[in-house]
Amino acid sequence: MHEQELRTLIGAVKAGRLSRRAFTRRMIGLGLTAPFVNLMMAHEGMAAEAAPFAYKPTKAGGGGSLKLLWWEGPTLLNPHFAVGTKDQDGSRIFYEPLAGWDADGNLVPVLAAEIPDAEKGTISHDGTSVTWKLKRGVKWHDGQPFTADDCVFNWQYASDPATAATTIGDYKDLKVEKIDDYTVKIVFAKPTPFWADAFVGPRGQIIPKHLFEKYKGGTSRDAPANLTPVGTGPYMFVDFKPGDLVRGKRNPDYHMPNRPYFDTIEMKGGGEAVSAARAVLQTGEYDFAWNLQVEDEILKRLEQGGHGRIEITLTGNIEHIELNTTDPWKTVDGERSSIKTKHPFLTDPAVRQALNLLVDRLSVQKYIYGRTGVATANFINNPKRFRSLDTHYEFNIQKAIDLLDKAGWKPGSDGIREKDGIKLKIVFQTSVNAPRQKNQEIIKQACQKAGIAMDLKAVLASVFFSSDVGNPDTYTKFYTDMQMFTTTMTQPDPALFMRQFLSSEAAQKANKWQGRNITRWRNPEYDALYHASESELDPVKRAALFIKMNDLVVTEVVVIPEIYRPVVSGIAKGLNAPISGWDSNLWALQDWYRNV
Amino acid sequence: MSRYVVKRLLIAVPSILGISVILFTVLALAPGDPFSALATDPSIPPSVAAALRAKFGLDDPIYLRYLRWLVAMLHGEWGFSFASRMDVATLILQRLPTTLFVLGASQVLALIVALPVGIYAGVRPYSLGDQIASTLALIGFSLPTFFTGLIFILLFSITLHWLPFVYSSDVGGTGLEWYWLHIRQALMPVAVLGLFQGATWTRFVRAAVLDVARLDYVTTARAKGLAERVVVLKHIVRNAMIPVVTLIALQMPVVFGGAIITEQIFRVPGIGSLLISAILANDTPVIMAVTFVFACLVILFNLIADLLYGCLDPRISYG
Amino acid sequence: MVDGAAAVDSAPFSAAASVRRRTLGGEAWRRFRRHRLAVVSAVVLFLMIAAVALGPFLWRVPINDIDFAAHLQGPSLAHPLGTDDLGQDLLARMLYGGRISLAVGLAAMLVAIVAGTIIGAIAGVSRGAVDSGLVWLIDLFLSLPQLPLLLLLIYLFRDQLKAVVGAQIGMFLLIVIVIGGFRWMSVARLVRAQFFSLREKEFVEAARALGASKLRQVVRHILPNALGPVIVAATIEVANAIIAESTLSFLGLGFPPDVPSWGRLLYDAKDYLDIAPHWALFAGGAIFLTVMTINYIGDGLRDAFDPRKVI
Repeated sequence: MHEQELRTLIGAVKAGRLSRRAFTRRMIGLGLTAPFVNLMMAHEGMAAEAAPFAYKPTKAGGGGSLKLLWWEGPTLLNPHFAVGTKDQDGSRIFYEPLAGWDADGNLVPVLAAEIPDAEKGTISHDGTSVTWKLKRGVKWHDGQPFTADDCVFNWQYASDPATAATTIGDYKDLKVEKIDDYTVKIVFAKPTPFWADAFVGPRGQIIPKHLFEKYKGGTSRDAPANLTPVGTGPYMFVDFKPGDLVRGKRNPDYHMPNRPYFDTIEMKGGGEAVSAARAVLQTGEYDFAWNLQVEDEILKRLEQGGHGRIEITLTGNIEHIELNTTDPWKTVDGERSSIKTKHPFLTDPAVRQALNLLVDRLSVQKYIYGRTGVATANFINNPKRFRSLDTHYEFNIQKAIDLLDKAGWKPGSDGIREKDGIKLKIVFQTSVNAPRQKNQEIIKQACQKAGIAMDLKAVLASVFFSSDVGNPDTYTKFYTDMQMFTTTMTQPDPALFMRQFLSSEAAQKANKWQGRNITRWRNPEYDALYHASESELDPVKRAALFIKMNDLVVTEVVVIPEIYRPVVSGIAKGLNAPISGWDSNLWALQDWYRNV
Repeated sequence: MSRYVVKRLLIAVPSILGISVILFTVLALAPGDPFSALATDPSIPPSVAAALRAKFGLDDPIYLRYLRWLVAMLHGEWGFSFASRMDVATLILQRLPTTLFVLGASQVLALIVALPVGIYAGVRPYSLGDQIASTLALIGFSLPTFFTGLIFILLFSITLHWLPFVYSSDVGGTGLEWYWLHIRQALMPVAVLGLFQGATWTRFVRAAVLDVARLDYVTTARAKGLAERVVVLKHIVRNAMIPVVTLIALQMPVVFGGAIITEQIFRVPGIGSLLISAILANDTPVIMAVTFVFACLVILFNLIADLLYGCLDPRISYG
Repeated sequence: MVDGAAAVDSAPFSAAASVRRRTLGGEAWRRFRRHRLAVVSAVVLFLMIAAVALGPFLWRVPINDIDFAAHLQGPSLAHPLGTDDLGQDLLARMLYGGRISLAVGLAAMLVAIVAGTIIGAIAGVSRGAVDSGLVWLIDLFLSLPQLPLLLLLIYLFRDQLKAVVGAQIGMFLLIVIVIGGFRWMSVARLVRAQFFSLREKEFVEAARALGASKLRQVVRHILPNALGPVIVAATIEVANAIIAESTLSFLGLGFPPDVPSWGRLLYDAKDYLDIAPHWALFAGGAIFLTVMTINYIGDGLRDAFDPRKVI
C-alpha cells in the first residue's frame, strides 16, 4: 500500500465514508498499532476523544474486596525492574504513569492534566520536544506532593546504566527538564516521531523521588521501597509475599473523585490458567483472572456456570512461525545457524510458500484458540473489506504439493520429498504449552501429507526464552529449522517490533545471540526502509513505510504469521473493568466497580 | 551406642559440607538464566541483562561463588533472591507456617489411615477387608496427585460448592472463625496429599506386619492365650515398625520441602512452590538455601531413624 | 521325610514315586502357582505387553490422524476407546503409548529396585566406614534437587547418547536412568534396615557357624527374608515411573510432546474431565491395571520365595 492510498483512506475517514474503527483495524492488519494510528490521525487533525468510561458509583469506598488472580505472581514491585506483565501489573496497583492507552489506542491522562497537542504548542513541530502539564494536588501515599521533580528523577533513575532498569530503553535518548513545579519538558536527542513513550503506559509508571533518591545506580536494588511501594495510585500498600500475594487498601486521598470503589484489593499468584478460569467462572472465589491461555472449548463450558464472562481485547500479539534462513545443522567457527551459512531448503521460495499453505490456521483458531485467537496472514487481523495484494491466507495441501513438484522436490522412496540429495526434513520447536503442542501436531500432520517430514520439539519456557549463552535450546540460538512463539507488541510504536528484521540485528555468537533478528534474514531494501522510518516525522509517510516493510516480510515468507492473540480475561458477573490491549490490564484500576 | 551417636554427629558436619558443594556445583552448571524473561521483551536492551549478571557475580568462577556463599552462610546471611531482592530467610519464613501446617497435617492423616488399615490387612490377609483396603490403596497411589486433586476440586468446589479451592494465606476473621476458614481451605490439599501418602504407607505396613505375623513368637504368644489385641499391639506391631520408622524418617524432610504439584493445584503458598518457581527462574540463592535446609533435615532424620532401630530391636548393634 | 526309605505303612507305594527332587526354583514356582491372583495377574500383564507390542500391527488406525469432526467422542465402533480433543483415536494412541509407559515403568522400576537393593544390602552387612560412606551417599541423593539435576544431565548427555545409540533409544535410556536414579534411595534404606535386624537373627548366626561366606549368608539367607518391603516398593515404583515419564515430557525433557504415553494422556485429559471423562478413565485405568498386576505378581513372588510360609 502506498502513501497515496493511505491518504485516500484517511480522507475517507475524514469524510465519514469509513468508520474510524474499521480504519484502525485495517491498519493493525498491516502491522501498525492502534496508538500509532491515533497519533497519526491526531497529526492529520483528527485527534480522537477518548470515549469516557461510564463510572457510576457516587462515592469512594464501600465496595468490599476486589480479588484478582494471576497465574504467575509478581516477584517485585518496582516498575523500573519489572520483568514481564506480572510485575508491571503488580506495581500498577500502587504506581501510575502520566497517561495510559485505552482499548482503542487513545491516550488517556492519569497523572497528566492534559494530553500534549501540537495545536496547543505542547508538541514541537520539529519532533524534538514534548511538554507535559502535571495534575495539581496529587499526593503520594505518604502525604508528600507529586511534582515535576519526581518526573525528572525517574528519567535519571531509569536512564542510568548502573541501575540496570528494564525501562532504560524508554528513557535513554532523551532529557527531561523541569519548567516549573507542574510542567516538564522532554527533549529528544533526535527528531522522534513517536513521542508518547516516556512516562506513558506500564513502563511509564512513576516512583517517588524522596524515597528512591538515596538508592540510585548500583544500590538501586537495595531500596526498601522496592518491597513496600509508595505511589500515587488508588490503593495503598498493605502486604507483599513475592510470587504469592500482593495486598492493598483504599487510598482515601486519591486524586480522582469518588474513586476507588473497593476497600481492599488482593492479587494472588500461582497455579495455572485453567484453574484460574475455574476460580472466576465456576466457583466465584475470585473476581478477575488474567491472561487465560486456555482452549476456548473449555472456557465456553466454564462460562455456562453463569458466575462470570470471558472478555477478549484487541492487542498486537501474534503467534507466528519463524523459518531459519541459515543452516542449524552445520557448525561454522564454533557456531550453528551462522549467518555464513545458507539453509539447504528453506531459502527456496517455493518451499516457503508451500509451508505457508500447509498451516491450517482456521482449524487452529476454531479448535484450539476459539475466540481467543483469530487466524491471520499478516501480522495481525485482516478484515475482509480491504485486501492488500498478497496478504491473505489459504490452507491447501494440494497446492503446496503442486508447488513443490514444480520446483523439483519429488518424493523419494520413503515418501519424503528430496532434490539433489537434500531431503525435506524439518525440526520444529516451541515452548512447553498445551495449545502450542496441539498446534504443532496439526502442522506436522499437514506437512506429512505433503511429503515433508517433521520432528517436534518442546522446550521448557524458562529455558526457551532465556538469554543463557551456554544453552542450545534458546529461541535466539534457533538451532532448529522452524520455531513458533508469540511476539508481544504491547509497545505502542511498531518501530521496535520491526527491528527484528534488520540485518544488523542478526543474532550471532559475536553479539551473544542478543540480536533481535532471529531468523537472520537480511534484505537491504528492508534496511533502507527502516532507516528512513526512523527519521520520518510525517506519520502518514511513516505508516506507509511500515506497511511496506511488513509486506516485504510477509510476501517473502520470512515468518508465517498464524494466530492473532488478544488478551483474554475472566471477569466476574457484575464487575465492570475496562481492559486495554495496549497497556497494562490494570491501566484503569481506579475505574473498576461492581454493579449492585 | 553413645559412641555411635557422637561419631555420627561428628561426621554430619563434613557430610553436609560435601553435599553443599555438590548442590552448588549442580546449580551453577545447570542450564538456564535468572534473567531470561528480560530476553523476550524487545524493548529491553541486552546490556541490562548483562549488567545484572555482572552485578550479582554470575560470571565469576564456581569455586569463588561457592566460597562467597559459604562465608555468608556462616555469618547467618542467607543471601538475597535475584528475582525479588528480598532476603531469602524472610521468603522462607513467610511460607514456613503454611507448609508445616498443610504438610504436617497430611502426614499425620497418612499415618492415621495407614497404621490401622495396614495392620488390619496384615493380620487378616486376603480377607474381604484386606482386599478392599488393598484395592483402594492401589488406586490411591497409581493415580497421580494432579488427577486426584482435580477430582476433589470438581466434586467439592465446583459441583457441591462446599470448599474453596484457592488457598489464601490471609483469611479474614478472628478467633474461631479464623481457624474454621483455615481448616476449610486446607481440607482438600491435606486430603489429597495424605491419602496418596497413606496409600503407599498402608502397603508397606501391611507387608511388614505380614512378615512378622507368621513368625514363631507370634504363634507362641497366641498359644499362650494372650488376647488378640495384645498379640497384635505388643508383639506384631512393635517388630514391624522398623520399615515404618524408615519411611517416616524419609518423609519428614518433605514436610519442610513441600509438595510441588499439590501446592500448584491448590495455590498453597508453601516452600514447594517457592522452590519450583526459584528453580524455573534460576534464582540460585533461594534454591541453595532451601535445598541446604532440606539436606540438613535429611541427615538429621535418617540419623534419628538409625537410632530408633536400636530401640525397637535390641539385637541391632552398630558396633 | 521323603528320601528313599519307605516308612512302614507306605509299603504299597513304589520307590520311584516317593522320591521327589525339590529345587528352590521348582518349589518357588509351585508356590507361585498356588497363588491364584498372582497367576491371573501374570497372565493379564502378559496380555497387556502383547497388546502394546503387537496391537499397532493389528489395529491400523494412525495415532495422529487429526479429525476435528470426531473430537471428544465416546467409545464407538470406529473408535473403541473414543477420541481426544483433536479427534485422534484413543485406542491407537494407548497401544502406541503403552509401549513407552510399560517399558519405562518396568525398566525404571528395575533400575531403582536393583540399585537400591544392592546398595542397601552392602550397607546392611557392613559396619563402620563402608556403612557411613553409603549412608552419606544415600543422604546426598536424597538432598539433590531433581529438576536442576535433570536439566543438567539431559543437557550434558543428550547429544552423546544420540550419537551412540540413536535418538529414541538414547532418550529412553536417559529417562530410565534418571527416573530410576532418583528413587533407589528409599529402597536402599528399607533394605539396610531390614538387614540390620535380620543379620542378628539366629538362622543367620547358624549359617555363619556352618561356615557360610558373607555373600552366601546374604544371598541365600538374609535377602529372601528382606524382600517384603522391596516388593511393595517395586509396585509403587512402577506407578511412579509411568507418571514421572509424563512429568518429564511436560518439562520438555522426555519424549517429544506428541508421543502419547499413558501419563501424558492422563494429563491432557484432565481439563476435559467434565466434558469427556472417557479419555481420562481409560488412561488412568491402564495405569491402575498395570500397577495392580505388578502388585499381585509381587505378592505371589514373595509367597513363593518365603521360606517361612508353611503350605
